[in-house]
Amino acid sequence: MARSITQRRKAINTAAAWAVGLLIFFPILWTILTSFKTEAQAINDPPLFLFFDWTLENYAVVQERSDYMRFLWNSIIVAGGSTILGIIIAVPAAWSMAFVPSNRTKDILLWMLSTKMLPAVGVLYPIYLIFIRLGLLDSRIGLVVVLMLINLPIIIWMLYTYFKEIPGEILEAARMDGATLKEEILYVLTPMAVPGIASTLLLNIILAWNEAFWTLNLTAAKAAPLTAFIASYSSPEGLFYAKLSAASTMAIAPILILGWFSQKQLVRGLTFGAVK
Amino acid sequence: MATQHSRSAARIMMAPAVILLLGWMLVPLTMTVLFSFKKYLPLRGGDLGWVGFDNYIRFFSSSAFWPSVQVTLVIVGGVLAITVVFGVLLALLLDQPMWGQGIVRILVIAPFFVMPTVSALVWKNMFMDPVNGLFAHLWKFFGAEPLSWLSEASMQSIILIVSWQWLPFATLILLTAIQSLDSEQLEASEMDGASPLARFIYIILPHLGRAITVVVLIQTIFLLSIFAEIYVTTQGAFGTRTLTYLIFQRVLESQNVGLGSAGGVYAIILANIVAAFLMRIVGKNLDS
Repeated sequence: MARSITQRRKAINTAAAWAVGLLIFFPILWTILTSFKTEAQAINDPPLFLFFDWTLENYAVVQERSDYMRFLWNSIIVAGGSTILGIIIAVPAAWSMAFVPSNRTKDILLWMLSTKMLPAVGVLYPIYLIFIRLGLLDSRIGLVVVLMLINLPIIIWMLYTYFKEIPGEILEAARMDGATLKEEILYVLTPMAVPGIASTLLLNIILAWNEAFWTLNLTAAKAAPLTAFIASYSSPEGLFYAKLSAASTMAIAPILILGWFSQKQLVRGLTFGAVK
Repeated sequence: MATQHSRSAARIMMAPAVILLLGWMLVPLTMTVLFSFKKYLPLRGGDLGWVGFDNYIRFFSSSAFWPSVQVTLVIVGGVLAITVVFGVLLALLLDQPMWGQGIVRILVIAPFFVMPTVSALVWKNMFMDPVNGLFAHLWKFFGAEPLSWLSEASMQSIILIVSWQWLPFATLILLTAIQSLDSEQLEASEMDGASPLARFIYIILPHLGRAITVVVLIQTIFLLSIFAEIYVTTQGAFGTRTLTYLIFQRVLESQNVGLGSAGGVYAIILANIVAAFLMRIVGKNLDS
């Protein structure tokens, strides 16, 4: 009896959760579906849900007309480059704060976090000016540096919370056994830190990929990543829903897939360890 | 023993990160503050000298300032209310036993990974277009006259778009917090005859307090500076010009750097007030 009640409750929960889940996911689903329609079908009245002539034409047109691959490549370089650069700088810093804490460590961590709170628009013109002077405007290297800097506090924080969980005794034992600092980092710490570094990497690629203030304001034709490429669709000419959908699908697909892998780390990374 | 040695090693390892962030913070910030006291029009004469607090007064007393603050607060408040209320409900629902929980979780989280320009454009064209959008079809189906949502109900539309992007974040964090709740406590209260509502109010909600605070603070910091959603939908028209967008227009569109910089300083002050609260909570957590 009790069993059948819980089964029934489970069925109701399942139905409710799936309904809400599909509703929330619907805009993405609709975009993906529309990307396979012809432009005429995309604005058909009534809207066509599944029964239309599926076509890949839009993907070909988007690539051909707007050189999609170039924007994709820019996104990969900027997101990947800024994250890797950030991790190279952050690992030693997070390591030292986690294992050789001083009484100022907490203040330094909080101060680093506070730089993240600086509203980007407040320093827009100075950065713009510096970029012009240094010839960095519309360059990938400039964007790599800026995105690295805005995400560096998050990278350090995430690594710090992961490193904190590594028991210090193991490191001490290694030191007792005569391991040098280099050996300690290379053979003892690194293997234990790899999962944490991997999740940090993943989350920050996502954040950098989707960053849409600096990427819109500091690029033009040459270094524009996908965020700016999609923004160029905001002034449409003629029928464009299917093409917009194809471009959008291509822009979000890689990160949706990465995101699903990193959903657990998301909470830790974005709450600075305040919710685990 | 090894402390002296490792202390100095630690300092050297921290140096690059500290120096970079210090530079990133101080150099542009100093420039913004300097510009804010100047009449600085790059396209019309360049640096025209010091003007004291002129820019601050002009930015503050311009007819665009208060509406922009109001718009910013309404968007932040609206999105916070929607994401927190629905986030709690959704987290409670997702915490129940069900079939295919993993897949539902993925469906719910997905919007967070969509880049802001894509979500804004998809909503703008495929949902809120007054002729071909899905909302228009839905309205017509029920015999109502479709609106031009982004101009006639501009704020509601922006709030809807931004809420859709941030609901997954709130849900995910609240779900994490619910899952850390001691189930024995809930079972005990159930045996004592507490109703589901009583359990929610007296056990679950207090337990979620901290997570809700964190969600509110972190979202506020990000929401205060939303940009792309406005940039690709209304461009600040129809009463949707936020403080961020107003400063962007002053600085890059009309190239009045002095005035924009004064606005920037206001935005920085506003963000810092919120940040101070967040830091206190995060700081407390570091001690425990």
